Amino acid sequence: MMSNLDSQEVVSKEIADLHAGAEGETQPRLDFAPYRSSLLRHPTKDLRHADPEGAELVAPVFGHSDIDPVEADLTIQAGGEPIGERIVVRGRVLDGDGRPVRGQLVEIWQANAAGRYIHKGDQHPAPIDRHFTGVGRCLTGDDGSYAFTTIKPGPYPWRNHHNAWRPAHIHFSLFGTEFTQRMITQMYFPGDPLFALDPIYQAITDQKARDRLVATYDHDLSEHEWLLGYRWDIVLTGTHGTWMEADDA
Amino acid sequence: MPDLVATPGQTIGPFFHYALPFDRDRELVPPGRPDAVRLHGTVYDGAGKPIPDALLEIRQADATGQVPAVEGSLRRDGTVFTGWGRCAVDSVGRYSFTTVVPGPSSPGGAAFYAVTVFARGLLNRLFTRAYIPGDADALEADPLLAGLDPEARDGLVAVREEDGSLRFDVHLQGGRETVFLAFPRHA
Ligand SMILES: [Fe+2]
Repeated sequence: MMSNLDSQEVVSKEIADLHAGAEGETQPRLDFAPYRSSLLRHPTKDLRHADPEGAELVAPVFGHSDIDPVEADLTIQAGGEPIGERIVVRGRVLDGDGRPVRGQLVEIWQANAAGRYIHKGDQHPAPIDRHFTGVGRCLTGDDGSYAFTTIKPGPYPWRNHHNAWRPAHIHFSLFGTEFTQRMITQMYFPGDPLFALDPIYQAITDQKARDRLVATYDHDLSEHEWLLGYRWDIVLTGTHGTWMEADDA
Repeated sequence: MPDLVATPGQTIGPFFHYALPFDRDRELVPPGRPDAVRLHGTVYDGAGKPIPDALLEIRQADATGQVPAVEGSLRRDGTVFTGWGRCAVDSVGRYSFTTVVPGPSSPGGAAFYAVTVFARGLLNRLFTRAYIPGDADALEADPLLAGLDPEARDGLVAVREEDGSLRFDVHLQGGRETVFLAFPRHA
């Protein structure tokens, strides 16, 4: 079938050109044309600097009345064993000063092992696994730790350009101790051959920053005859309590 | 201790609907409460078209200006005000929260809802504020609003509709682009 979508070659060239002028950026560009959906959805004006106040300085609080511990195990939610490579993803949520974020909500969602989401908008003709919903939640421990037992998600195609495929990833939603730390991101798996081709991942122009989204395989987390272990720590932005005291001093 | 470098954000993507929304996610207070107000609006792209796959969250003080730090948002029982809500927009870009009007965080200050915006096509979350209209002196004196040109400023102040609700539209791009915020230590 003829397609009016750009080729991977065209998109990869655009990515290379945008990376050529970049150095040391730690967050994705909002204006990153190789990701076509960003064209009309990025602000063109600079973000306005504001001092946080009131509700911005207090994150919402979640507790054991909000979620059930079984929500951290995505392999037992749907009445049977899902198909795929069973894994555990474990790590810590830290703030910008290295302090653990305690008792806070972590939410994840992901495709199944075949690269298919339980979402009516996902038209990828890969099988749905009736034993896998791909949604998890947990609260961090006192050391900021979280852990999810799940299935390794598959890569999936999308229509950004011709033959576009997303590297396998798990979506993560995170809160800190302030609302200013709110963030959503994606965790990737080490050594994915699709990294270089993916305009969402490559919207982070610095390799060191991109590496921060890639989990490491950790054999100590793997369990005998049961699952493989991945480790991924998350660092949120810094809080402002101390910063504002320092400012007043 | 040197600052740790923050993990990069990424887009929320198109497939969050079966994961992030939850029952009564947008009802910070039950709709029937006498002091309930509707905060609603539409999220637009740079061509002025509604975005059907955005998600908003609000964080706010109660009517007295206190910011609650209590659990209970994910399983709302209708009696606890947690000051946080989440709403995925509908197929024509509209969101709607049922909540209360927040009080200012300091006497004489301008009250606002803290808002964060996520969308497919938006590579990182955006923060903004929906200020409460009415208190002209407080709005005039607000440090953020005072630094903006009138059009940008107006875009951050919710509009009181005839039915008493508050309308706050979000324009990700374009002539009416919403003012989005960077806080210190976000770099
Ligand atoms: Fe995804």
